Amino acid sequence: MRVKHQKDFWSGVMFVLAGLAFAGLAQRYPLGSAQRMGPGYFPTLLGGLLAILGLVIAIKGLARDAADGRIDRFHFGPLAIVLGAVALFGLLLRPAGLVVALLALIGVSAYASHEFRLREVLPLAAVLVLIVLAVFVWGLGMVIPVWPSMVAN
Amino acid sequence: MELLNHLALGLATALTLKNLLYCFAGTLIGTLIGVLPGLGPVATLAMLLPFTYVLEPTSALIMLAGIYYGAQYGGSTTAILVNLPGEASSVVTCLDGYQMARRGRAGAALGIAAVGSFFAGSVATLLIAAFALPLVELAFKFGPAEYFSLMVLGLVGAVVLASGSLVKAIAMIVLGLLLGLVGTDVNSGVVRFAFDVPELTDGIGFVAVAMGLFAFAEIAVNVEKRGRREVFTDAVTHLWPTRADLKEAAPAIARGTALGSVLGILPGGGALLASFASYSMEKKLAGAGATPPFGQGNIRGVAGPESANNAGAQTSFIPMLTLGIPPNAVMALMIGAMTIHNIQPGPQVMSSNPALFWGLIASMWVGNLMLVVLNLPLIGIWVQLLRVPYKWLYPAILTFCCIGAYSINNNPFDVYVTAVFGAVGYLFYKLDCEPAPLILGFILGPMMEENLRRALLLSRGDASVFFTRPLSLALLLLAAALVLLVALPAIKSRREQAFRDSG
Repeated sequence: MRVKHQKDFWSGVMFVLAGLAFAGLAQRYPLGSAQRMGPGYFPTLLGGLLAILGLVIAIKGLARDAADGRIDRFHFGPLAIVLGAVALFGLLLRPAGLVVALLALIGVSAYASHEFRLREVLPLAAVLVLIVLAVFVWGLGMVIPVWPSMVAN
Repeated sequence: MELLNHLALGLATALTLKNLLYCFAGTLIGTLIGVLPGLGPVATLAMLLPFTYVLEPTSALIMLAGIYYGAQYGGSTTAILVNLPGEASSVVTCLDGYQMARRGRAGAALGIAAVGSFFAGSVATLLIAAFALPLVELAFKFGPAEYFSLMVLGLVGAVVLASGSLVKAIAMIVLGLLLGLVGTDVNSGVVRFAFDVPELTDGIGFVAVAMGLFAFAEIAVNVEKRGRREVFTDAVTHLWPTRADLKEAAPAIARGTALGSVLGILPGGGALLASFASYSMEKKLAGAGATPPFGQGNIRGVAGPESANNAGAQTSFIPMLTLGIPPNAVMALMIGAMTIHNIQPGPQVMSSNPALFWGLIASMWVGNLMLVVLNLPLIGIWVQLLRVPYKWLYPAILTFCCIGAYSINNNPFDVYVTAVFGAVGYLFYKLDCEPAPLILGFILGPMMEENLRRALLLSRGDASVFFTRPLSLALLLLAAALVLLVALPAIKSRREQAFRDSG
């Protein structure tokens, strides 16, 4: 059998999995009764509903023929670089301080663009760091580590 | 004359130097980001929300509202000058606005958009003030069963009036409701779906969800695209529309305002629906003999939708402020902002925080005035901003988002959550799943569970309570009628047609 509408079929699968996961995990919490609902009641209800909806969507995806049903290529490269840069910011912020974390965020994320040029990114990073320091740290007095903890002490 | 007293209180709040300043800052920053391509109003609000936490609630909401209509307005400027809608509701502005710009009439298009928006904004502000009292009184008659049914209607309405697959949108709502349940259950104290992560006991932060789904996913999608934009930056002269322009556009502005105000109040309505509806109405009314034809730079095709989307954007505050029910994703964020400031959204806001309530309403009018003052003379600066290439822009967006996400709880954990939802949002984009319904569900999840629980507790577990109480039944019937209406084959094809025509 051929999947005719890939987008619908796979989003249906996604909803079924998510619904089953929530409903399954909810079984760890007391279900209660309709009159006295336990913490497991509503999630079980919704999880079941989501799984059914997902099933409907997936079946429609098998049956419905459409020109725009194909899923576009996933470009994992840029996605991973952008989100990796964000995660790196979170990791670096406390030990290394705002300045280092921002330089890492901007430097790494800019690399995701196909127009990446180091000599453009360096001034951009410098300007952004200065703006952030001026507005949030000096201006609004935000409590955030600015320099690496060993330098600051 | 109660209304006048309320408006006086509102103006007294909105016109303090401090609130004027925040309103100004909000509209300015909103316009700035709205003009820049690549961030819609939802993403803009999510990005800037954390920075308003330090303000007091009234100032914070005034500023956020300013950011919202600033972003909305800025999006129209981009639509006219670059043929690139800053957000979905200015898609139709592209059609005739950009054509006007290509014919050297960019100034007139921008001017008429400003005049129309201001007129619509003023009317809508008065409407909000007038509608607020009766609606709040009605809301006080609501029990938990009615509230539950109202939320069902709101959620159903939100997806019926949106474009795209109906079942998918409903599934997104349910997924949002489930994600909203993560964290401590208020009734039993049980921590749900937290996987022993201490940061999740308070639930997933809604700012992190919105930032990830809207801003980060958008960046990931844009970065992989290639291509250049064509910008009409040197053609903006004669900002003020001529007398003939005004005369031609005036009826369109009036119709757009009326249509937008009505559609804004509906669940799922707001700026987007209003602008689409107004455009097709103007096109139909003008007929085939319009000169120039629609789609080739007719000024009514700019004036109508621009007035309608501003009116709709304003009146969508009505259900949010009076009932605590968000009609669209932007209002869901506003509700989230209120909760963070410890204001329980709902009909009691008006009586418990009258200065906030009426101050916010009055500030909308003040903000609209500022938009006109701000935009017409400063248009040159906005035009320059359009030249900023995306490769510089997105690292800046990421910077502000990351700092914002961190500052919510002064904890890097929220930054990671945002990144996770960025990946999820990217997947949604590839699978054609609209993220807006998910945000609505996410905000309403705990409220819905609470009302369902209370309604069934009162009825001793008898689910028929939703159908035996007349008000609740009426709301549910309305929701069912909406679904049936859209599911009918004849209407279904027309609905798809309508979105394709104007999109």
